[in-house]
Amino acid sequence: MSAREEILARVRSATADVTTEKRPVARSGSGSVPSQQPDRAISRETLELFAENVADYRATVVRVPAEQVAATVVEQLRAAGLGSVVVPTGLDAGWTAALDGAFDVLPESDATSAQTLDGIDAVVTGSAVGIATTGTIVLDHAPDQGRRELTLVPDTHVCVIGQDQVVHDVPEAVSLLRTPEGAQRALTWISGPSATSDIELQRVEGVHGPRTLIVVLVDEGARADVTAG
Amino acid sequence: MVTQPVQQTSPTFVGMPKFPVAAREALANTQQRTNLHNATHTIREKRAAVVGEVDDWEALRVAGAEAKDEALHHLGDYLEQLEESLTARGATVHWARDAAEANRIVIDIARAKEVDEVVKVKSMATQEIELNEALEEAGIHAWETDLAELIVQLFGDRPSHILVPAIHRNRTEIRDVFLRQMGEFGRPAPADLTDDPARLAEAARLHLREKFLRAKVAVSGANFAIADTGTLVVVESEGNGRMCLTLPETLISVVGIEKVLPTWDDLSPMLQLLPRSSTGERMNPYTTMWSGVHDGDGPQEVHVILLDNGRTHVLADSVGRQALRCIRCSACLNVCPVYERTGGHAYGSVYPGPIGAVLNPQLRGTASEVDQSLPYASSLCGACFDACPVRINIPELLVELRGTVAEQGGHRAESAAMKAAAWVLSDPRRLAVAQRGATTAGRLIGKRTIRKVPGLGAWTDARDVPTPPKETFRQWWAREHGDGTTTQRAADPGGRADGIPTSNDGTEPGGER
Ligand code: SF4
Repeated sequence: MSAREEILARVRSATADVTTEKRPVARSGSGSVPSQQPDRAISRETLELFAENVADYRATVVRVPAEQVAATVVEQLRAAGLGSVVVPTGLDAGWTAALDGAFDVLPESDATSAQTLDGIDAVVTGSAVGIATTGTIVLDHAPDQGRRELTLVPDTHVCVIGQDQVVHDVPEAVSLLRTPEGAQRALTWISGPSATSDIELQRVEGVHGPRTLIVVLVDEGARADVTAG
Repeated sequence: MVTQPVQQTSPTFVGMPKFPVAAREALANTQQRTNLHNATHTIREKRAAVVGEVDDWEALRVAGAEAKDEALHHLGDYLEQLEESLTARGATVHWARDAAEANRIVIDIARAKEVDEVVKVKSMATQEIELNEALEEAGIHAWETDLAELIVQLFGDRPSHILVPAIHRNRTEIRDVFLRQMGEFGRPAPADLTDDPARLAEAARLHLREKFLRAKVAVSGANFAIADTGTLVVVESEGNGRMCLTLPETLISVVGIEKVLPTWDDLSPMLQLLPRSSTGERMNPYTTMWSGVHDGDGPQEVHVILLDNGRTHVLADSVGRQALRCIRCSACLNVCPVYERTGGHAYGSVYPGPIGAVLNPQLRGTASEVDQSLPYASSLCGACFDACPVRINIPELLVELRGTVAEQGGHRAESAAMKAAAWVLSDPRRLAVAQRGATTAGRLIGKRTIRKVPGLGAWTDARDVPTPPKETFRQWWAREHGDGTTTQRAADPGGRADGIPTSNDGTEPGGER
């Protein structure tokens, strides 16, 4: 008997006593990311909670209206004193143009190896979903986020997320991230910068992933604040 | 007739002293005890805070337990579905009956790739099969990349806690071993290294980055394997997981067959339960999900090894199989008064603490002294059940296993067992925390202990001692042996300090019956 046949036979005989029916197949996932549902109501409370929980992981959160994103990204990278940036192929053309003038910009197509990326200071990406109750950003590595290694090897990650991409909790996110048919995309769930508490339980930000995480939250409410102020 | 063989006890643990002996040695180690006390209490408090944020934690626990039960009860179907989904997405699926078979598959793949090293992300399954040792023997270095695992590896130690395996070492010891050993294996630690944890983490980052960038093959486990989408999930903190899962060309994942989840949507309770129970965070820093090969992104050769190694033996027991729900969060370790004082090594396995006390004798059988004594390495206080995110009724399983050990009879079994029980019960402080949970435990095991379980029941019968229902094991012991500890209950420093909401349904075993 092959290992496969033998293990399956062991399993079937081990569970021979089970009388419960198998669960019917129910698929609740809608399979579209929130940005494709422009009429989804955005609760102020959810956005506030998201910003608060992301910041709680000691990530930087900046809230700006859409037209200020490019300038904000440049400003943040400058303030951190960084010189080189890798950009995913599908990043917003306006943001890429703004970065082009200010930094050494490496397009994703030229980042052919992890060794190359190791010499780059930062990466700027979009994102797929934000989760308010946990302060999580999910990347589905669509063209505005790039291959997985882009957001892993450079030490600073600037991540732009739209207010319409933020959902309230984990179940909403899980159901949105399910691809209706065909293969699931690779996903990276990010909750703050990398961290360890392995030495006497003292939290240290940053072991292997980006040690600095800057989240730019595109917040139309921030526009109102600006106008009002 | 198909049988489900037990796991072979690995050479590391053969001849391991039975629990009371190992525990007594561990108790003498003050450093370890202090570290463990701090660790377990810190994590407990964090956990209680984030669990308290969740509206209906109990409903989540039930959902988590149900998802795992669904997978386990129909495991044959879900394993076949998992295999099909993985294969459709470009992964190669292997099956391994035992540790030796799994190790051989990994070695064969590494040899075919002509590598002499692999990078590894922490995985209990690969520790269980002692993959690193097997690889070394085959001339292939296995680099552990978790900070704690790296520390353990540099010390030539064994891990002492599922989650924080190096918790038995302090920062000065760690600095010293970095300075002494890192250079032996790659980039040396900077000569001016201090014992500041941030500096130590930085040294590890630099030491390991060199390895990540050149590695061609990585080995991982998986926290979950989703049958309907063929997705593997790795939950981590440091980013070393992402490095291993993303950079090398070839990825080999060793996945216990109990890691299966039926559907994508089952991730929803799991991703809420695991981080909060485990590190006491709303969410862990990084979770990676991959479904076979993703074109032009990450490893282009993906292998998944589905491992039995005693799991079907556990599955065959209609009560015991609930232990396979375990998502290795380690919450039960952090609330266990016995574990807190003995540490992980005393359990003689890679699975320590309350879950180890029930899982090891089920995986390996109860032939050895250590496995006979493990079911007694507990006061049955019930704190582990209350903390468990997938509602594994550990006290119930311990009682069952005591029955098995006692039934198999023989002087040796009884004496190993009773020495462990006596050890656990001999020191009132050892049980201080346990005392408050005693009522719950009494309800939990209450009648069953006497009516059905031949374990201590049989033992007490032989001595013609009736065990009244609703009396806890310890109360019974105290009454029978007059050690006076019951009078010290008033001095109990308040029992569970973590404020974890306890379930009020302790009389209901975990729905497995
Ligand atoms: S038995 Fe429960 S509490 Fe213990 S490690 Fe497993 S899942 Fe966590």
